[in-house]
Amino acid sequence: MLDSIFTLKESRKIAKNTYEWVMEGDTSHITAPGQFVNIKLDGFYLRRPISVADVEGNNLTIVYKVVGEGTEKMANMPVGSELLVLSGLGNGYDLAPSGDAPLLIGGGAGVPPMFLLARRLTTLGKSVSVILGFGSADEIFYKDKFEKLGAEVYVTTADGSEGVKGFVTDAMPEISYSYFYTCGPEPMLKAVYDGSSASGQFSFEERMGCGFGACMGCTCETKYGNKRICRDGPVLVKEEIIW
Amino acid sequence: MVNTKVSLCGTELDNPVIPASGTFGFGYEFAELYDINLLGTLSFKGTTLAPRFGNPTPRIAEAHSGMLNAVGLQNPGVEKVISEELPKLFEVFNKPVMANVSGFSVDEYVKTVEMLDSVEGIGWFEINISCPNVHGGGMSFGTSPAAAEEVTRAVRRVTDKPIIIKLSPNVTDIASIAKACEAGGADGVSLINTLLGMRIDLKTRKPLIKNKTGGLSGPAIKPVAVRMVYQVYDAVKIPIVGMGGISSAEDVIEFMLAGATAVEVGAENLVNPYACRDIIEDLPRVMEKYKINSLDEIIGGAH
Ligand SMILES: Cc1cc2nc3c(=O)[nH]c(=O)nc-3n(C[C@H](O)[C@H](O)[C@H](O)COP(=O)(O)OP(=O)(O)OC[C@H]3O[C@@H](n4cnc5c(N)ncnc54)[C@H](O)[C@@H]3O)c2cc1C
Ligand SMILES: Cc1cc2nc3c(=O)[nH]c(=O)nc-3n(C[C@H](O)[C@H](O)[C@H](O)COP(=O)(O)O)c2cc1C
Ligand code: FES
Repeated sequence: MLDSIFTLKESRKIAKNTYEWVMEGDTSHITAPGQFVNIKLDGFYLRRPISVADVEGNNLTIVYKVVGEGTEKMANMPVGSELLVLSGLGNGYDLAPSGDAPLLIGGGAGVPPMFLLARRLTTLGKSVSVILGFGSADEIFYKDKFEKLGAEVYVTTADGSEGVKGFVTDAMPEISYSYFYTCGPEPMLKAVYDGSSASGQFSFEERMGCGFGACMGCTCETKYGNKRICRDGPVLVKEEIIW
Repeated sequence: MVNTKVSLCGTELDNPVIPASGTFGFGYEFAELYDINLLGTLSFKGTTLAPRFGNPTPRIAEAHSGMLNAVGLQNPGVEKVISEELPKLFEVFNKPVMANVSGFSVDEYVKTVEMLDSVEGIGWFEINISCPNVHGGGMSFGTSPAAAEEVTRAVRRVTDKPIIIKLSPNVTDIASIAKACEAGGADGVSLINTLLGMRIDLKTRKPLIKNKTGGLSGPAIKPVAVRMVYQVYDAVKIPIVGMGGISSAEDVIEFMLAGATAVEVGAENLVNPYACRDIIEDLPRVMEKYKINSLDEIIGGAH
């Protein structure tokens, strides 16, 4: 974990209410896909936790949805802005159990961490399938980026305006896979949990005080004992989750 | 060279800065970030007799210049604290530590203190009396002078180590509670714990915190805390550990002028993991700026 200054290099709107940032700084503490950073914003007491979407050299990419005052402020920040970023937080996904044909399932703001994961898995020569779930066609992002990695991409929209009509679980039956990785809103995670006999890893969200394990603000119960989502998670394995 | 040393209930601290209970875990995770031996001491996570999961999540909400928490005293229970957490702390920390203890009955406080009393390395007890008393209709021990005195007397009987009673600010007259603790045999008081608060989500029209209410901490509460330290200083002779919204070396001096012998830093550790180190490193500069040679000379200087 490292607290250091990142400079905003690129900021663009990539879908409805959704922004992509490329920031430059010391990324050396980011060790696994599924980890997150905690961003200090002027005028806000608590930092904002956002997943690592991609990391290459000194460039850190994040993708976020505007949902409140903090993310609204972020969307309006000019390129060149400097931000204090706590990086290298959380355990991240474990690539080892993926098997040859992993399935990645991302819903809405849970899609970003799937990108670095897909990039790492395709680099390892895995045949990667991806389901991207959104509400509607205008919310879709990163479909082409996943395709460029050589992943098999399925899109679902709740209103049927593009791809399979329905939820991510509606696209799952037609895909054969060895293992899965998922991130998204909790009802989606639960549906994936109930809808798949395979094993997999789930990334959870929780309201955070610190983001690095000090405050016990984000604790959940697992079969392996109490875990702090920020430090012992955000990724939990299917076998330990209590639902 | 300025002198940052202070004496707290007979033990000298290299400086008055102490991470506050609940914001620093059991210390060892911060040792990965900086050498925690530069701290005055540290107050570890509130420990109870039995293990506690705490409250359901969400436990945290943001506020202007602060935060609400309803962690609910999550801790592994005193046995595991002694067998697992403290050994890890003592591997990286070689100063006497402050043991923060909570309970829901006088008996729980007594048993927990008895068990911790034999642990080498504990320099002070900090008794958190903001918890509801299950035998007293759920009213917090810290809101009644009689209950506060009863807890103090009871733990006084089972330890010779200095006892610092941590006071709740959710009272009309904090000085009367402090006096009751002094009468009960306390060696010091620490204040303030969090101020009871609530936030409501406009979208769901429900409280943001699952527990509904949470404790407010951070810079938002600093003026309330400074006022209470000032009032308690006028009321008692025992030393005061001041806290509430401290985020800078200037804040440390402000609390000491109000009457604090030492200070604790809470929520700031969560938003700046290096907060205590930064404050300690900045103290000499701020002391020189305000022409302070020795910190122990300014305690209560505003009176
Ligand atoms: C580990 C983790 C990774 C995340 N990754 C992403 C990501 O890649 N892209 C993305 O768009 N969003 C992500 N989120 C959610 C993101 O943190 C929130 O949307 C954001 O904090 C909202 O801030 P705000 O000020 O706009 O909203 P407000 O509602 O005004 O924020 C108020 C407070 O609540 C917290 N909060 C609000 N919503 C959430 C939430 N869903 N989860 C946790 N805290 C919340 C804020 O951090 C802040 O402290 C992630 C959350 C976590 C815990
Ligand atoms: C997340 C969190 C957990 C806390 N847990 C405890 C605790 O276990 N025992 C205790 O005596 N105080 C606890 N406190 C209160 C702090 O120690 C401190 O009294 C209070 O937060 C005011 O200081 P601050 O404004 O610097 O945070 C907690 C505070 C926070 C923010
Ligand atoms: S957010 Fe503080 S422990 Fe997880």
